[in-house]
Amino acid sequence: MIAPSLAARDLACRRGDRVLFRALSFALGPGEALHLAGANGIGKSSLIRILAGLMRAWHGSVAREGRVALVDERLALDGHVPLGRALAFWRAVDGADDALGEGVVGGEDRFGLADLRDVPVRYLSTGQRKRAALARLAASEAPIWLLDEPLNGLDSAWAAQAQAAIAAHCAGGGLAVIASHQPLALLPLRTLALADFVPPPEAWDDVDDAGEAA
Amino acid sequence: MSARLWPIFRRDLGLLLRGAQGRGGAALPLLFFLAVAMLYPFAVGPDARLLARTGAGVIWVAALLAAILPLDRLVEPDVEAGLFDQWALRGLSEEALLLVRIAAHWISFGVPLMLAAPVSATLLSLDGAQLWTVELGLLLGTPGLAAIGVTIAALTAGLRAGAALGGLLAIPLAVPLLIFGAGSLQPGGEGGLALLAACSLVALALAPFAGGAAIRAGRE
Repeated sequence: MIAPSLAARDLACRRGDRVLFRALSFALGPGEALHLAGANGIGKSSLIRILAGLMRAWHGSVAREGRVALVDERLALDGHVPLGRALAFWRAVDGADDALGEGVVGGEDRFGLADLRDVPVRYLSTGQRKRAALARLAASEAPIWLLDEPLNGLDSAWAAQAQAAIAAHCAGGGLAVIASHQPLALLPLRTLALADFVPPPEAWDDVDDAGEAA
Repeated sequence: MSARLWPIFRRDLGLLLRGAQGRGGAALPLLFFLAVAMLYPFAVGPDARLLARTGAGVIWVAALLAAILPLDRLVEPDVEAGLFDQWALRGLSEEALLLVRIAAHWISFGVPLMLAAPVSATLLSLDGAQLWTVELGLLLGTPGLAAIGVTIAALTAGLRAGAALGGLLAIPLAVPLLIFGAGSLQPGGEGGLALLAACSLVALALAPFAGGAAIRAGRE
C-alpha cells in the first residue's frame, strides 16, 4: 500500500469579490493531523472542500495520495432508513465484500450507535447524527480524513471519544485535516491558523487571475 | 465501478418506488395518470367515437404531466444531503450516477404507466389496436421522458422554486415526444414510433452529461 499523503501548494480561494486566503501551503504524511483554526466564515469549510476536490481552488494545487473521506455538516444518510441500513448502504458502495452490513454499527461501535441501529436517521439528535457521520467516515476505511467541525453537537465525553478515534486513525498510518473552532487536545497535531493567510482587502486585487501575490 | 453502482441503483429504485418521508413514491404519478383518463369522459361527454378519436392524445398528455410530478425529488434531496459529494469522493462519476437514476426513475414511473394504460384505454374507449400502439409508444417514449426529467431535476437542484421551474423547463423539451407519440396513433402515423424512439435515444444520450455538468457546476 502506498503511504497516504496530502499536500496543498500555494492555495488561494476566492468567493465572489473576496479573497478568503492565499499562499497557503502544507504537506501531511502518514500519522499526521492538521488542525485548521479560525473564526467563522474565514474559509475553513471552503479549504476542506478544495482539499476534497469538490471545489476548485482559485489558484494553487492539491496533491492527494490515497482515498479521501469527508465529514461535513451534511449527513449523507437517508432520513427514513434505519441507521444500520443507512450505514450499510455506504459499506456496500465502498465495495466491502465482507457481510459486515449492519455490523458496521454493532461490530466495534466506537461511536455508541448499537442501540440506535433500528432508529430511522431522521429521529436522531444532533450529536447522534454527528456520531453516525463519524461512523460512516470510519467505515469507509479511507486513509485521508477530512473533518469539518467534527465536534459540533457532541457532548464532552463524545468529543473526547471522537478525538480518540481520530488519534487512533493517525496512529494506524492515516492522516487527518480537522477544521474546528474548538480547541483539540489531540496529539500529534499541527495547527494552521487561517487568519495568517488572509490578505487585507486592499490587496485583493493584487492577487490577479494567475493568483500571483504581488 | 458497476459493482459499486448496483447498491446505488437498488437504493434509488426503492426511494422512487416507495417514496421517502413526506415525498410520494410511484403511486402519485400513477394516480394522476389514471385520474386524467377518468375525468376526460366527464368533461367531453360519453360519446365513444369522440373519446376513441381523442383518447390516445389525452393519454400522452397525461403521461407527460405525470412525468413532471416527481421532478423535485429526483436529484435535489440527494444534492442537499451531500450524497453526490460523497459519491464524488469515491470516484463515481455524476454521469454514471445519473444514468442509474434515469433507469430507476423509468422503472418507477414509465413501467407503472404502461401497466395502467389498459385501464385508461378502457375509460377512453380505445380499441385493442390503439391500445397496442399506445403501449408501444409508451415503451419507446417514457425512457426519453425519464431522461429529460432527470436532466431538468439536476439543473434545478438547489434553486429556489426549482420544482415549479423544472416543470416549465421540462414541458418544451418533451414536446417532440408528445408529437410523435400521439402522432403514431393517427392513420398512417406508424413512422411516428421510429421518430419517438429516436427522440428518446437522443435524450438518453445527452441527459447524463448535461445533468452531470449541472451537478458539478452547482458545487462551486
